[in-house]
Amino acid sequence: MEKSVKRVRGAGVILTYAALLLAGGLMVLPFLWLISTSLKTVPQTMEYPPRWIPNPVMLKNFSDVLRNPRANFALWTRNTLIIAALTVTGVTFSSSIVAYGFARLKFPGRGFLFGLMLSTMMIPFPVLMVPLYTIFRWLGDHTGIQWLGTFRPLWVPAWFGSAFSIFMLRQFFVTIPDELSEAARIDGCSEWGIYWHIIMPLSRPALSVVALFTFMYVWRDFLGPLVYLQRASQFTLTLGLQSFQSQNGGTSWNLLMAASLLVIAPVILLFFLAQRTFIQGIATTGMKG
Amino acid sequence: MSRDAKNLLKGLAFLSPWLVGFAAFTLIPIALSLYYSFCNYSLVQSPLFCGWDNYRQLMHDDVFWLVLRNTFLYAAMALPGGLIFALLLALLLNQKVPGQSIFRTVVFIPSLVPTIASAALWLWLLNQKLGLVNLVLGTIGIHGPGWLTDTRWVLPGLALMSIWACGNTVVIYLAGLQDVPRELYEAAELDGAGPLRRLWHVTLPMLSPVIFFNLVIAIIGVLQVFDAPYLMTQGGPNRASYFFTYYLYDSGFTYLRMGYASAMGWIQLLIVLAMTGLAFWSSKKWVYYQGK
Repeated sequence: MEKSVKRVRGAGVILTYAALLLAGGLMVLPFLWLISTSLKTVPQTMEYPPRWIPNPVMLKNFSDVLRNPRANFALWTRNTLIIAALTVTGVTFSSSIVAYGFARLKFPGRGFLFGLMLSTMMIPFPVLMVPLYTIFRWLGDHTGIQWLGTFRPLWVPAWFGSAFSIFMLRQFFVTIPDELSEAARIDGCSEWGIYWHIIMPLSRPALSVVALFTFMYVWRDFLGPLVYLQRASQFTLTLGLQSFQSQNGGTSWNLLMAASLLVIAPVILLFFLAQRTFIQGIATTGMKG
Repeated sequence: MSRDAKNLLKGLAFLSPWLVGFAAFTLIPIALSLYYSFCNYSLVQSPLFCGWDNYRQLMHDDVFWLVLRNTFLYAAMALPGGLIFALLLALLLNQKVPGQSIFRTVVFIPSLVPTIASAALWLWLLNQKLGLVNLVLGTIGIHGPGWLTDTRWVLPGLALMSIWACGNTVVIYLAGLQDVPRELYEAAELDGAGPLRRLWHVTLPMLSPVIFFNLVIAIIGVLQVFDAPYLMTQGGPNRASYFFTYYLYDSGFTYLRMGYASAMGWIQLLIVLAMTGLAFWSSKKWVYYQGK
């Protein structure tokens, strides 16, 4: 924080804090409720008025969820992580190649293609859902490689770049001074060499933003797996949690909250580890490009 | 080979992953979807051309009009609610007071929660008898409604949940607020403008491009709402939270009416385009771009 900035004073500070506490409290209360419920016994969840501090503290709820025969958290996590690893690698790699073309090369039609790419971000996924399903089905019938009921529809498209990631990386690549590329060109470096040996190492912050956002997308995605995955053995965490939820619908809130906490915790942990990357990444998306 | 041609080839080589992907996963699907929308297509048999039948049926489909109405009603609550609440939060979080970073973190975190988890959480929070929301309302003497079981309250309930997760929007606002030149505030203060007038005459005009960006993003997003109603209310009670994308999903994958679903998809695309176009058109009147 800059020292020169005039700080809010007196009554202003008190008012600001009051408002901040109120707003912060509203945001945080649901989480406290979540944690509290996840540590209660079933009768305690039904108590009125409720108490915030559970007694006894049922840490056992978590092992009950993890050992539940109808909930295979280890398998769901494994599936999610496989899809995430393939998707994150694919998006980051392919998007950086395309972004290099948009940011560092001059050729006729570049502006038009860039505009076209940006406009695809406006197409809602539901519009593509039905035709993509039929395309993947057709591929399965005609190439001998099954797509529906496998992870492929979820991660293969990622290897062809994502408009959002290409845009983010392009915004970063254009800020790298052109002299670096020129010098390398004079030394006889190929375009691919410049991309791989000069631009990529300089772009770690932007690449990590893209990787992080892509990971978050996969971790949260529900509609994609719902449409393409068929067998319980392939379920991702979101699909798995849904099946767990519908089996336990409304009955044992404590277990449901414990299961939800297990899905939320890694994301929040990731946020604290990479707080800066998150905030900078989101801030860049809002910048007038 | 001329230099231009060489450059073009080089450029297209780097763009090739996206060009292939664009053709395979956007252009062809969009074209197919348009074709399906004029077909009777149940997946079991191949598509059978039927002209405008799907669109004509949609116009006479009460459920279609219902989901359209629900979606717009929900948008009318969640969209301005979220944008204004996020703006207020951002203004608050932009004040220079000690400990601010903690508040920023707290406000941002709900937007990270996967819908599957926040759905379970809010199902519990909005529970009529034992939910936290009604307990809090009870302490100030308000008898809370059955948020997710009452047809009149399910849309406000879902909107409340979406507003809770507005952290992304707040961060974008904050970045915009930090770009407002200090001199403008100092000049306004010298001219005797109080905090409210500074907000109205300096902050809001300077922030208008960011507000506009958030508005467009929100418009595109709100028409796609699916996870929350699917997971929490299954479109109920009595179809009061049955949304556009939900009906599209059901048409395609529950009733296997791929043509019908595709026609809905095209209508959705046109609505998104029209609303975004409207936002762009109106933006000339209220968005201020510095240096233009």
